[in-house]
Amino acid sequence: MSDSTIDKSRRELLLQGGKFVFLTGIAASAWEFVLAGTPELAPSYKSADHWWAMTIDIEKCIGCGGCVRACKAENNVPLEPFYFRTWVERYHVKGEDLEHPQVDTPNGGYDGFPEIYPPEDGAKSFFVPKMCNHCAHSPCVQVCPVGATFEAPDGVVMVDSSYCLGCRYCVQACPYGCRYIHPKTNTVDKCSLCYHRITKGLTTACCETCPTSARTLGDLKNPKDPIHAFIRDHKVQVLKPQMATGSKTYYNGLDGSVR
Amino acid sequence: MSDDDKGLFRNTQHLLRMAGIFAIGILIFVVMRVLFVPAGFGRLGHYRAPAITDNMAKPISYAGRDACGACHGDIVAARAASKHAIIGCEACHGPLAKHAADPRKTKAVKPKAAALCPVCHEINVARPKFIKQVNSAEHSGGDACDSCHQPHTPDVM
Repeated sequence: MSDSTIDKSRRELLLQGGKFVFLTGIAASAWEFVLAGTPELAPSYKSADHWWAMTIDIEKCIGCGGCVRACKAENNVPLEPFYFRTWVERYHVKGEDLEHPQVDTPNGGYDGFPEIYPPEDGAKSFFVPKMCNHCAHSPCVQVCPVGATFEAPDGVVMVDSSYCLGCRYCVQACPYGCRYIHPKTNTVDKCSLCYHRITKGLTTACCETCPTSARTLGDLKNPKDPIHAFIRDHKVQVLKPQMATGSKTYYNGLDGSVR
Repeated sequence: MSDDDKGLFRNTQHLLRMAGIFAIGILIFVVMRVLFVPAGFGRLGHYRAPAITDNMAKPISYAGRDACGACHGDIVAARAASKHAIIGCEACHGPLAKHAADPRKTKAVKPKAAALCPVCHEINVARPKFIKQVNSAEHSGGDACDSCHQPHTPDVM
């Protein structure tokens, strides 16, 4: 009888002690960030609970270039007209000649699109925002010789700029032309899906500033996310499906002429 | 008998020498691996796992529309019933995370309507028809857009 009481109290002691040690460990790991003045960086975000994707509705894109300006401001992308994490293209397709669309992207759409086509010329004309497609089977990740670019457990393709050699293999491997070499660091840079924002519960800078909600960020692992309804209710397509990259940027209204 | 023993252990010397060379080789490999493979590499895949937190740690420039209502609730409420309801505040006002963090230190600058509005509303054949489009030079006769339209509730005043 006395033995059993001792056992019980020992079990309680071990349980309580275990909880104490466990919880103190968590608090201690968070406390580092609190002391550094950045409690929002404490490891509360679980990457395995998310699977990020993007939807782009071409029928809603008005070509204002707000996403391009927001992206450059948010991510310190150089302002020269050949460095972009996202950019907007204008397509002008004459008649049935889908094979030969006229495509222009003045400064990536940063300053908007000055009218260059005569109205009522019988052609169809529309804007296509482009960005990193955050492929599930990324060619850029496959070719990196050092593992400086990778698919995170939440599906975001990111660059480890402190580990990148600047060898440019990934720039050539990306079928969507989404990467550039940053002129200051001489390492590769690309859309990180605003990882510093989405892990804090904010949306990306481009989605935040898109005036028509043509771009929306979605979490495919969250069953309540509106992205499921968007993909179900629209005829969506990814860019270059024949490349089998597992792209997670879904376009509504993607014309056959878009490359 | 002794001849047999000698025969059995006759070749041990060079085997031991080989084992020693292998042991040194393995030691050099282990030391180099510890020196050259960065911390956390391979924990989640063929990359440096702390690179994920490096990417998380960057500062934000856009505060997000939810941050604005805390002080500017009247404007957010007025806009909610207008045609500009779904537009984020910073789409027109620019990145204001610093202003949201310390409104006294960093002030927001009022955008110039004559330059801002045509970015979305200038007539363009590639622009979808659902958005109101005007030829701004003809439409207002040189007057600024906000002399007739209030940007937060854009119907004509």
